[in-house]
Amino acid sequence: MRKSKVATVPQKKDYTPKPVSKWGKEDETEVFANRVKLYRQGKLSDDEFRRFRLQNGAYGSRLHAGYSMIRIKIPGGEITPEQIEKIASLSEAFSIGSAHVSTRQNIQLHWVQLEDVSEVMRGLVEVGMTSREACGNTVRNVMCSHFAGVCPDEAFDSTPYSKAIARFFLRNPMCQNLPRKFKLNFACCDKHGLVRVADIGLVPMIKEVNGKQTRGFRIYLGGGLGAASFTGHQLEDFTPEDQLLSTCMATVRLFDRHGNRENMARNRMRYLVHETGWEKFQKMVLKERVVVGMTTSNATARTYDVQAEEDTRQLPNAKMIKLPMASVTKDSPAYERWLHANAVPQKQEGYFTVFITLGAGDITASQLRVLASAIRDFSAEGTARNTPQQNFAIRYVRASDLRAFFDRLATAGLANPGALSIASAVGCSGTTSCNLAITNSHRLAKEVQRKFLELGLDTDDSLKNSTIKISGCPNSCGQHEIATVGFFGGASRIGTAMSPTYTMLFGGSIGENGELGKAVTRVPAKRVIAALLKIIELYKTEKTADSFDQWIAKIVRGQATGSIKNVEDVKNAISSTIQLPSQEEDPDAYQDYGSDVKFTAKTARGECAA
Amino acid sequence: MKQKSSEPANLPIVCDADTLRSLIRKKAVRVIDVRKAEDYQAGHIPTAVSLPLARLLSDDKPETVVCLLEEFGIAEKMPVVIYDDTFGALAARVAWTFQYVGHSNTALLETTFKQWKELGLETETKPRTYPKTKHPLMVRQEMYADAAYVEAAQSDQGKLIVDSRERLNFLTEHIPTARNIPYTMLGVDGNILRKAEDLKRMIENRGISPESEIITYCGSVGTLSGLAYYALKLAGYNNVKLYPKSFKEWKSLGKPKDEFKEATYWDLSAE
Repeated sequence: MRKSKVATVPQKKDYTPKPVSKWGKEDETEVFANRVKLYRQGKLSDDEFRRFRLQNGAYGSRLHAGYSMIRIKIPGGEITPEQIEKIASLSEAFSIGSAHVSTRQNIQLHWVQLEDVSEVMRGLVEVGMTSREACGNTVRNVMCSHFAGVCPDEAFDSTPYSKAIARFFLRNPMCQNLPRKFKLNFACCDKHGLVRVADIGLVPMIKEVNGKQTRGFRIYLGGGLGAASFTGHQLEDFTPEDQLLSTCMATVRLFDRHGNRENMARNRMRYLVHETGWEKFQKMVLKERVVVGMTTSNATARTYDVQAEEDTRQLPNAKMIKLPMASVTKDSPAYERWLHANAVPQKQEGYFTVFITLGAGDITASQLRVLASAIRDFSAEGTARNTPQQNFAIRYVRASDLRAFFDRLATAGLANPGALSIASAVGCSGTTSCNLAITNSHRLAKEVQRKFLELGLDTDDSLKNSTIKISGCPNSCGQHEIATVGFFGGASRIGTAMSPTYTMLFGGSIGENGELGKAVTRVPAKRVIAALLKIIELYKTEKTADSFDQWIAKIVRGQATGSIKNVEDVKNAISSTIQLPSQEEDPDAYQDYGSDVKFTAKTARGECAA
Repeated sequence: MKQKSSEPANLPIVCDADTLRSLIRKKAVRVIDVRKAEDYQAGHIPTAVSLPLARLLSDDKPETVVCLLEEFGIAEKMPVVIYDDTFGALAARVAWTFQYVGHSNTALLETTFKQWKELGLETETKPRTYPKTKHPLMVRQEMYADAAYVEAAQSDQGKLIVDSRERLNFLTEHIPTARNIPYTMLGVDGNILRKAEDLKRMIENRGISPESEIITYCGSVGTLSGLAYYALKLAGYNNVKLYPKSFKEWKSLGKPKDEFKEATYWDLSAE
C-alpha cells in the first residue's frame, strides 16, 4: 500500500474558532414544556397543540402520537463540533442513539417522547441551535450549497446571505402563519444547489452595474417537489444584493396574501404561481417589491445583516501534494478508493472538501463524537456542513492531512467510500417514522448502498455523476424527482396479494438547468436493486453515451442510439427482472424491507402542513 | 457534612468524590467495587472490597445478602459507597439490594471508576478484607415488587410502571400501561445521575405527581431499573419500588405485552 510521507498529526490551529451563531431561545423551551402539560390535561385541543408543536419543530411520529421527530435546523448547513457533540448526547438521552441527516440540511432526532421535547430544545439552546419553524406553515430551514465559499465556479460565497435571510425570517411575525411551508435554497454556482425546486432559489452572480462590479443573484420562484412538482421561474436577469431582502419579503407577502388556505393539497406557492400564470405572478412580485422597498422601516431592514454573518477569519494557506486520485477499482487500497469519491479539491489551493458516507443519513452518537473531534483536528475552518445527499461535508482539510483524516474516520466506521457516487442512495425516513410513508424507503436506500459498494460501483467513473433517490410516498422528501433514477413508494396488487411497490423515474437532475424525472414503470420493492443493476448492465452493453446519467437523459428523450432507444425499450428489457413469483412461492418478495409480516399500506394524517 | 464525630455519616443517595475521599481517610466508610474480580485486581478505589454483581445475583436471598454485609465487616450504621464502570447501573442494583435487606446507609458514587481515574484520584491494587461483623436482617418490603404486584398495579390509578430500557426496546415490547424513562436520560457528562432539579423537571414534564407510587423495571436483572429507582428517589419521589426480575421474568411467565409494530423504527438505527 502506498505510504503517505506526511506526518499523521495535523498541524496546530492558528486561528480562533468561529463564534457560535445563536438561533435558539431558552424561554421557548419552558413554554413548550408547559404547553405539553396543558395538552395532556385536556386544556388545549389537538389542532391547537399540533400547530404549536410543529411551529417549534416537533413532528408527530408514525401512528404513535406520543412520540415526536425533532427537526433541528442547520441554517446554511453550517454546524460546529460542539453542536455535533450536543446532538450526540441528546440522541442518546432522549432519542434512539442515532441522528438522521435530512435532505434539507436539517438533523432529525426520531422517536423522542413528547414530554422530553422541551429537554431536547433546552440542550439545543445551550449550543445555539433551534428547531423553531423547522416544521409547520413557516419559512423552513434556509439551505445553502455545501460548496459555498469553496466552489471554484462560484461568483462569491452565498453563505452569509443565506444565514442573514434565515435570521430575518426566524420568528418574524410576517411568516408565522403562511398558507403552507416555504423553502429557500441558496446555490454556490449553476451546478450545485437545489435552486429550481424551492419556493425561492438563489444563484449568486456578479454583474457590472454603472461600471461597478455588483453582487447579486439570479432568483427562481415557484419551484418545489411534491405530489405535483414544478421547477422555478427566473424572476429577472439580475437581482442586485441590495434588493435581495425586498424580493424575498415581497414573495413571502404575496404568498401569504394570495396563497390557497383551503385546499391543503394545493397550497404551496408553486400552485399559486402555476394558477396565476408566471408572467402575472412575476409582475406582482416586481410591483410588491417596490411597495416593500418604500414601506420597510429602517429598524426592520437592519435585522437583515449580511455582514454580521460573514466569516472574517483569515485561514492559513495550504500546500498541494500529489495524491493517488487516479482511477481505482474495488480492489484498490481502501484509502485510495475513499479519496476517489469522497474528496473534492477546493478553489483554495491545497485544501479539500471531504464527504462522510452515511447510510441514508443515519449516524450514531459515538460516530458523531468522533466526527466532531476530527473536525476540530483536521478542518481549518473548524466547522462542517450537512448536505442534501444526507451526509456531512468537512471542508478545508489540507491535502497533506487527508491520509490521517481517513485513518481517524476509519476508527469509527466513517470512512466508507462512495459518498459522491451512485452508491450513496438518498432515502427519506419512510415507514421508520413518517405518518405518510407507504414503504420503507429508508432501509431500501441503505440496501442499495450496501449492494453497490459491495459491487464496487462507487469506483466506476461512468456512474459517478448519477444519483439514486428514494421516497416512501409521492411527497418527495427523498427528492426522487431530481435523481438520475428515482423511486417513490406505493402499494400495488399483484395477483391476489398486496406488494410494496416503487414508481421508478428517469432523468431528474439538480442545478440551475435541473429537470424533473419522468415516471417509467412500477417496480416491486424487493426487485428495485435487481432492476437498477439490470439497467446499469443495459447501459454498459449499449455503450452509446459517455456516462450513465447522459444515457438516461437520452432514453427519456427517446434519443438513445443503440438497441435500447427509449423508456419503452427499457421497460421491455427489465420486465422479467421485476416480475414477482406468486406469493405462495416466495412470500418474502411481498414483504417490505425491515418487516416480516404481510404488507399493508397504512398511513395517517401527514403534518407537512400544520 | 455536619455530624458529631462519633456518629457515622449519614449518606445522601449519591456520594460525591470529595466526600468519599474524606470518609476513606477517616476510615469511616466501606467502599464496594461491583466490577468483575479481575478489574478489581487491576486497580480499585482505596479500601474497597470486591463484590462482583454476578456474585450477588447468584444468590440474592436477603439472608445471603446479610451474610455478605457481615463478611465485608459492615455494621448496621456504617456508611457504604458503591461504584461500577457501567454508568452506575450495576452499583445501583447492589445498593438497592443492601437497602432492601436493611442497610439503609448506602450510597452510589457520583462517578464511575473510569471517571474517578480520569480525575486523577487515588487507586490501589491491594485486595482488602475486613473482620466480620454482625448485621441485622430487616427486609424493607416497600422497596420490592414482584410480577403479581406489577400486574395488580396495571389497573391502579395511583401506581405507575416505569420501563427504563432504551427507546427502541421499549417500542418493540413492554409491560402494558408502562411508561418509558430510558436510563440513557438519567446521567450526564461524567455523573451517573443528573442534578436532582433536572431529574425532577424531566419527570414532572411527564405529568407524574410526587404522590404516585412508581415501580421500575428493565430487561432482565434490575440494573437499569435500579438506576432509575435512585433517579426517582433523587428527584424527590419517595414511593418507589423495583421489580428486580423485570421483563425477562414477565415474559417467561407468559404475561401479556404491548408491542408496536406499525413502524420499522429499527431501520433508523445506524448501528
